Amino acid sequence: MVRELKITPIKNGTVIDHVTSGLALEVLRIIGASNLDKESTVSVALHVRSRRMGWKDIVKVENMELSAQKINAIALLSPTATISIIRDFKVVEKRPVTLPDRFTGVLKCPNPNCITNKGEPVEPDFEVVRRRPLALRCLFCDRYVDDFLPHLNTR
Amino acid sequence: MGLKGRDLVSIKDLSKEEILSIIRASRKHIPVAEGKRTSNLLNGKLLALAFFEPSTRTRLSFETAMQRLGGKIITIADPSVSSVSKGETLSDTVRMLSGYADAIVIRHPNEGASRLASLVADKPVINAGDGAGQHPTQTLLDLATMDERFGTLSGLKVVLMGDLRYGRTVHSLAYALALFGAHLVLASPPSLRIPEHIRADLEQVGADLREEEDLRKAVHDADVLYVTRIQKERFGDLAEYSRVSSGYRLDPRLLNEVKPSFIVMHPLPRVAEIPSEVDTSTHAAYFRQAFLAVPVRMALLSLVLTGNPGPGGG
Ligand SMILES: Nc1ncnc2c1ncn2[C@@H]1O[C@H](COP(=O)(O)OP(=O)(O)OP(=O)(O)O)[C@@H](O)[C@H]1O
Ligand SMILES: [Mg+2]
Ligand SMILES: [Zn+2]
Repeated sequence: MVRELKITPIKNGTVIDHVTSGLALEVLRIIGASNLDKESTVSVALHVRSRRMGWKDIVKVENMELSAQKINAIALLSPTATISIIRDFKVVEKRPVTLPDRFTGVLKCPNPNCITNKGEPVEPDFEVVRRRPLALRCLFCDRYVDDFLPHLNTR
Repeated sequence: MGLKGRDLVSIKDLSKEEILSIIRASRKHIPVAEGKRTSNLLNGKLLALAFFEPSTRTRLSFETAMQRLGGKIITIADPSVSSVSKGETLSDTVRMLSGYADAIVIRHPNEGASRLASLVADKPVINAGDGAGQHPTQTLLDLATMDERFGTLSGLKVVLMGDLRYGRTVHSLAYALALFGAHLVLASPPSLRIPEHIRADLEQVGADLREEEDLRKAVHDADVLYVTRIQKERFGDLAEYSRVSSGYRLDPRLLNEVKPSFIVMHPLPRVAEIPSEVDTSTHAAYFRQAFLAVPVRMALLSLVLTGNPGPGGG
């Protein structure tokens, strides 16, 4: 699409497209864009026209492929997102994010009294209890979560 | 099936059949719990009581259960003087206890502590209450009390009164009762209604739920009235607490209109929810309920530690 060419093409890297409009900066937080090597460009397009979803955001990161944990976090934030792997300027793989049944280490438990918030050597762990709209339950304290943004685990 | 070596963190860890097997086994333990017979079923077994917050009755009933069966206990006497206060993680403490004892009973102020302990320990972990979280052995003894009185758990009409919002023991109880096809009547002040997601959970296991603010209407054809405490610490606003709790008292006159077999239950300790004049009524079941804590915990310990349900074998 012509509009998307406003963004510099990348040789190798990852494109996170179809991000819910307004959430690109949260995606950057999740992927830890500040930890990239000096040679890599990160481009962000906010509020881009999309035939499928009206408006969307796009994030492109050079020289980085995302861990499953990070993709899960993006899925929580924006279930519509697609992940494209670019090699030598070509899209070699493109897939929508999928919601796993279980989220390990992706978000912190919102219950301050939960044992996972008490300095124990354990990763917070959630299971999906409802898909639409998405709701998770802490496997330790049973806390029900349907508002993920404030609790995403970004380190 | 088989409960030997299993953890009990949440009542949801047990199937309906497993719950019944524990309740049935608990009956055989009653004469031993009363001191009329002796047993050496757990001779040579060692139970760790890891109580990280004060508890009198739960702790005493586990100690009693173990001792009545000839088993021994080790215990964290006071978490404030143990390694806990030196900043050791719960995970490390549990790992150590798991090396010493054959099973661990844990009470902890943080929700999920017992789940964590069960992941870390090689030995079975029994949850004796974690924060505002689960307390499955309380649910078992509640069910045992109803089963003893009615000879069944199927289709009972149970009124749950009080704090249905934060009272998580009542959530476990409601869940278990729903498994047995109970008809649940929820009688709570409007500000303490059951949370939507718990309700959804109950409906998913097929619970028959009804709300009724008028206690008189709720109890008139009920089998059980389960009264819970309203905890002061749950209220940010003390005026709101006083307003809710002052009207929160079982009127003994209600008992003139109930079925003969009707019982009143309470996890104890009570504050003012049930006036003492109810104690001598044939409807008062809360002291029996407190006693049954011992045989129910005996049955559970026997099954988890040996696979044997109790005296008489089988
Ligand atoms: N070399 C590149 N550099 C940067 N971004 C690229 C590059 N090649 C493709 N993209 C981006 O990767 C994503 C997937 O590429 P594709 O060509 O499949 O897009 P599309 O035809 O718009 O598909 P879609 O239906 O997913 O929007 C798009 O967001 C596209 O803009
Ligand atoms: Mg496109
Ligand atoms: Zn939690």
